[in-house]
Amino acid sequence: MQTDTTTGAAITFDAVGKAFPKKGGGSVMALEDISLSVEPGTITGIIGRSGAGKSTLLRMVNGLEKPTSGAVTVAGRDVGAAGAADLREIRREVGMIFQHFNLLSSRTVRENVALPLEISGTPAREIAPRVDDLVERVGLQDFRNRYPAELSGGQKQRVGIARALATQPKVLLSDEATSALDPETTQTVLELLGDINRDLGLTILLITHEMAVVRDIASHVAVIEDGHIVEDGSTYDVFTAPQHPTTQSFLSSVTGVTLPHFIARQLRDTRPEGNAREVMRITFAGENATDPLIAEMSRDLGLQVNILAGAVEEIGPRPFGNLLISVDADGAEQARAFLERNQQRTEVLGYVG
Amino acid sequence: MSANLVNMLMEATWQTLYMVAVSTLLGAIGGLPIGVFLACSQKGELLSSPTVNKVLGVVVNATRSVPFIILVVAIIPFTRIVAGTSIGTTAAIVPLTIAAVPFIARLVENSIREVDSGLIEAARSMGATPMQIIRKVLIPEALPGITLGLTLAVVSLLGYSAMVGAVGGEGLGDLGIRYGYQRFMPEVMGLVVLILIVLVQLVQTIGEWIARRVDKRAPSNRGA
Repeated sequence: MQTDTTTGAAITFDAVGKAFPKKGGGSVMALEDISLSVEPGTITGIIGRSGAGKSTLLRMVNGLEKPTSGAVTVAGRDVGAAGAADLREIRREVGMIFQHFNLLSSRTVRENVALPLEISGTPAREIAPRVDDLVERVGLQDFRNRYPAELSGGQKQRVGIARALATQPKVLLSDEATSALDPETTQTVLELLGDINRDLGLTILLITHEMAVVRDIASHVAVIEDGHIVEDGSTYDVFTAPQHPTTQSFLSSVTGVTLPHFIARQLRDTRPEGNAREVMRITFAGENATDPLIAEMSRDLGLQVNILAGAVEEIGPRPFGNLLISVDADGAEQARAFLERNQQRTEVLGYVG
Repeated sequence: MSANLVNMLMEATWQTLYMVAVSTLLGAIGGLPIGVFLACSQKGELLSSPTVNKVLGVVVNATRSVPFIILVVAIIPFTRIVAGTSIGTTAAIVPLTIAAVPFIARLVENSIREVDSGLIEAARSMGATPMQIIRKVLIPEALPGITLGLTLAVVSLLGYSAMVGAVGGEGLGDLGIRYGYQRFMPEVMGLVVLILIVLVQLVQTIGEWIARRVDKRAPSNRGA
């Protein structure tokens, strides 16, 4: 298949909508007016809660679901308009991995990896060497004749990845591929996906409900809620300057920076009479992210800064930090002005007496 | 025990095995595709054709509703067309097969419905055709269940085969009725029952052994 060089994008969603018929007439809109473009060779994460429509969105890329309006294209080919034979051809260019692995229990590791090749009609003498290559790439050469029941979750997902790569696709779809794995195994599977992305130039579109997955491997992210994309952009921008409340709530779970309970309990929205301290969140990002700004601020403005919580994160090679502090409410405005002069974002969380 | 009686028992056992083996084989040849079709042809499934599915389902249920002894006599004209005669052991294979096909079809359907739908989705995502999904995914994954289903079918057919004496089909059941009951030879009845018990045990044991061999899901069966 020729890659469409005029549009460039590996996957595009153009004003895509999906309605499901409802019992007793009418229909439910699962997705509405979705427009998104995935560049070749990138890893794009779609994050949303369960029921947000992300699974439907992913399944449109290989035609497991058809859009009811708009168009989905993969490498320039319209998936929704493709007939049965064209669709099978597109599917061989798009690998997919699953939350529950979906391996055949009756086949060994090698036989599972061989399945897509058998389906595509690859001659048997070509299947064997390619399967061995793939099994080695995912590090399972010692398990190649085992059955899935003998493997751990992480090993099963490696088989799933090898199988998805068997037909040498250009795009890999990941449906919550790490959601059934423990955190440590998740890391190794994500590293494998990152390696594949780099080595093969494979475009990866993944859906997840875990912001940590997005942080660890995705260069781009789209946040989906109630069938709409509420925010999208480069992962770094979205993490350091989230606009939508849904994004912010997803982020609070991953940055791990929350107020200590005893302060959260006392926190109120308006400034009380008399002595009060303002509680604010500072997001350090960009060039000054690693400068000792708090120390400078304290010295220059003569403010007593109380640090409540904080963490430094990394997205790719770029660090960003989150800090919760409180300062005397009288000096708070000055403090925020100082920080914003140094290109850091501040957010007032409330006041304590 | 007279040599004559031993001969009769051996002859009858052979006739029973012949009837059951041939009708199981023919029943599987007919029942397997019907079972696969029933499992894959409801609305929105791989071979979606809801009307045919419903009609076939009714036919299968109707056949299974007829008590076997009535089926045997009701289809005598049909048996005569197929087997050339309506009397004898070979003729008895016709009603046995007709009872076996819908029975095996339902057992196959149930086994296939138990295959995780995620596997079908995975195969579709690889660009598999419906026939490839059936051949390479559904049947291999359902094989342990299908094996146990066939075992059950063989055991049931052993029971059914006792009734075909009504149309001159011989075998163990017929021997038990004619000698054990009508000629009041309790030792013949006892031996017939004993042989049937042994046969059922054997079939069940072999069936379960094969099912375990083909079932790679259980960690206790970690093949090579």
